[in-house]
Amino acid sequence: MRKAPAPLRQITVWLNGNSIAVMEGAMASSAFLAAGIPCRISVDGEPRTALCGMGICFDCRATVDGVAHRRTCQTPCREGMRIETQR
Amino acid sequence: MTSFDVLILGAGIVGSACAMECARAGLRVGIVEPSVPGGAATAAGMGHLVVMDDSPAQMALSSYSRSVWQDLSSSLPDTVEYEQCGTIWVAADEDEMDEVHAKSSTYAQAGIASEVLSSSQLAKEEPNLRSGLAGGLLVHDDGVIYPPAAAGFFLGTALSQGAQLLRGRAAVALGQGSVTLEDGTQLSANQIVVATGSDLRLVPSLPLQKRKGHLVITDRYPGFVRHQLVELGYLKSAHKLTADSVAFNVQPRRTGQLLIGSSRQYGSDDPAVDASILSRMLERAQSYMPRLADLSSIRVWTGFRAATPDKLPLIGPISEDGVFVAVGFEGLGITNAPGAGHLVADHLLGRRSAIDPTPYLPSRVPILEPSHA
Amino acid sequence: MTRHAEVLIIGAGPAGLAAATAAANAGARVTLLDDNVGPGGQIWRGGTPCAASPQNSARETALREFRGSKASLLTGRRVADAPEPHVLRAFVEETGIVESFTWDRLILATGARERFLPFPGWTLPGVFGAGGLQALVKGGYSVEGKRVVVAGTGPLLLAVAVHLQQYGAKVITVAEQASLRALLPFAVKLSSHPGKLVQGARYRAALRGVPYRTGCWPVSAEGIDRLTAVRLSDGKKSWTEACDLLACGFHLVPNTELASLLGCKLVDDFVAVGPTQQTSIESIYCVGEPTGIAGVDAALIQGRIAGLAATNKTEEAKTLFKKRDREQAFGKRLDRAFALRAELRSLAQPDTIVCRCEDVRYSQLHSQQSWTDAKLQTRCGMGPCQGRVCGPAVQTLFGWRNSSIRPPLFPIPLSALVPATTPASNEITQLQETV
Repeated sequence: MRKAPAPLRQITVWLNGNSIAVMEGAMASSAFLAAGIPCRISVDGEPRTALCGMGICFDCRATVDGVAHRRTCQTPCREGMRIETQR
Repeated sequence: MTSFDVLILGAGIVGSACAMECARAGLRVGIVEPSVPGGAATAAGMGHLVVMDDSPAQMALSSYSRSVWQDLSSSLPDTVEYEQCGTIWVAADEDEMDEVHAKSSTYAQAGIASEVLSSSQLAKEEPNLRSGLAGGLLVHDDGVIYPPAAAGFFLGTALSQGAQLLRGRAAVALGQGSVTLEDGTQLSANQIVVATGSDLRLVPSLPLQKRKGHLVITDRYPGFVRHQLVELGYLKSAHKLTADSVAFNVQPRRTGQLLIGSSRQYGSDDPAVDASILSRMLERAQSYMPRLADLSSIRVWTGFRAATPDKLPLIGPISEDGVFVAVGFEGLGITNAPGAGHLVADHLLGRRSAIDPTPYLPSRVPILEPSHA
Repeated sequence: MTRHAEVLIIGAGPAGLAAATAAANAGARVTLLDDNVGPGGQIWRGGTPCAASPQNSARETALREFRGSKASLLTGRRVADAPEPHVLRAFVEETGIVESFTWDRLILATGARERFLPFPGWTLPGVFGAGGLQALVKGGYSVEGKRVVVAGTGPLLLAVAVHLQQYGAKVITVAEQASLRALLPFAVKLSSHPGKLVQGARYRAALRGVPYRTGCWPVSAEGIDRLTAVRLSDGKKSWTEACDLLACGFHLVPNTELASLLGCKLVDDFVAVGPTQQTSIESIYCVGEPTGIAGVDAALIQGRIAGLAATNKTEEAKTLFKKRDREQAFGKRLDRAFALRAELRSLAQPDTIVCRCEDVRYSQLHSQQSWTDAKLQTRCGMGPCQGRVCGPAVQTLFGWRNSSIRPPLFPIPLSALVPATTPASNEITQLQETV
């Protein structure tokens, strides 16, 4: 007998300094994708977002809570998380 | 049988620099490279261009070669990543600050610009160093390059001046005017230059020893470190003749990646990463720069330096029959490559060198007769 | 901190779950490690609560059986190094701690990743892997109302297209590069795998109205800062489909890095295994995609065989050999049916990026003589993905094989590169060399 799932909670994260609402547990990559903002700017200056979705390509990397090069497709959002586009 | 004026054995940064100078001087140059050009000691190295003051002869060669790098810099392609970021020799305590002052006047006498940094000035230049260091010496004109691309540029220049690359077979024997490759091919040349880096098999008579080193490269952290940072203890480490040692040595790449070293081990031929000395090396680095601990590290590798008993390279003839060497550069192969290239070409052509070549002559060390084909 | 497992399993996808369940039920102390936040690997990736997957009975069964066993699961663990025999070190991103695991038997179930091939515009935001977009949707990305082109090759394309439709996307077309002729023998032979026939039929029903074109591939992704259209070609004509998203992947490549690091023998890029899934190293087994891309059903049986063999239940394992061999035969057909056509090697233009980490372009690469030359001269493969994306691409484009694997297997913090030092091991902090 399956338990009824807990009601989904919306939480606030900070995306490049702007507060946005996301579902709790959604990956940080989905915040960038929903907003149409790149996770990172590449060596030659191109905007990049996630590619592989499974944590191996590193194209989705961004600065999360001050730490650079975090794979956002593998990072669940938490209340108050600071997510920033990085170089 | 193919014939050259000079055959250079090894297309690493030293061999390629020799090839470039010889080809520019109009010699017919052949370069023998068993594997990937610039793929051995050259690829393993840090790419630090540094004037070393541990002896007058070292000072003369490294400052000469550094000035050749400066002259070359405007023609180097972007891939070489030439940056004149300077070196800071870091002093941990007052004893080391005394060394800083002594070093500063040694450099001044040799015409090398440097600036003594106080504790607060050091902290301002490099905020990620731990607090409480005594100060340092900033050598402005030292720099950083990416060695494989530099070797590639020297090699490409040589080839465009008519040099020929013979790739994929190692030289196994030298004789008077001839080199035998591993498949039996015989090449003839009036002169032969052995520039085989950490591969010592062709010159068993020379007093060369391998010293294994470790390096770590991080992901990009632009601005985290602005100069090449080396602890003064590095010199003690580099001078140890027998014991394993580590020293704090961090380099900013133009990409923003950091290269972290350094370690020295004797008596090891094994390229596998040694967890024990890697651990010591990284502990040492973190003790100077605690925030290194959190940086994302992409790769760890090892390399071998060829060292001589008096820490000076062997540049010049080893026989009467036209065999020369340019080997034994220890940790200064990258710095000294262009200077060595000039010195080798000078030897081959009987030209006067810009610096006195005597301290680097192989005849200064006891050697046996080289083996003949 | 060090933990011991009698049977240590790396990868909690179908193969790893099956192996763990079998080994634990045979009485062994089993630990299962996975890099992701939850079990399931890629094909059974769990959705975040806001994007829960549709019901999948095979998945539910496997998870239920796993949870019913005494095996323990540790997620968020990234295996970085194998410092000595029978020891693995894993980094825990959440806490920054490195854990050491000692093991008697090791089962590698490290799965596969998508093969990406470069074409103009493939780095634009809006271009994803096929499985990649599916994973991102499960991770909370809403594709409701978005127009999607699914392209590339492999059975994954159909599954992805159906899945995206279930999440409200408008799938415009599915472009499979394999020709109908190449696919037909595969489709015919499905009759020997009835379950897959049913699955295929279900997919086709779900995708009614969506063109599934064979012999068709992407030649460019268009747009300035993000994707606006995809240009497709069938070799005779090309046309443009306006869209928001492109889900594009070219079948799968095995994750063999850990096996290589451990010294397991590879044959034709896959981990060589014997009948009991044992590798060339006696105490190490390998199951699932790293032994050959053959899908979920093969992975489940291989996992079970290895779990039994690793706990000395070889006789029971033998009873599964025939079924396993049949599933592996299916895998061989997959390879043949979805082989890459020659045109895919010429999609990249001189300025097309091949190495996404370092922005190395095709023109910089095609004059290089080997992978090593390319790495040294262009830095291709020297970025954080450590060649996992560009490696298979350059192998397809130039025939280069990457032969050197070194730790760390993934980028980890500097402090995690070596065993943690405690205050007791203070010879390091006392390091002040004297001449």
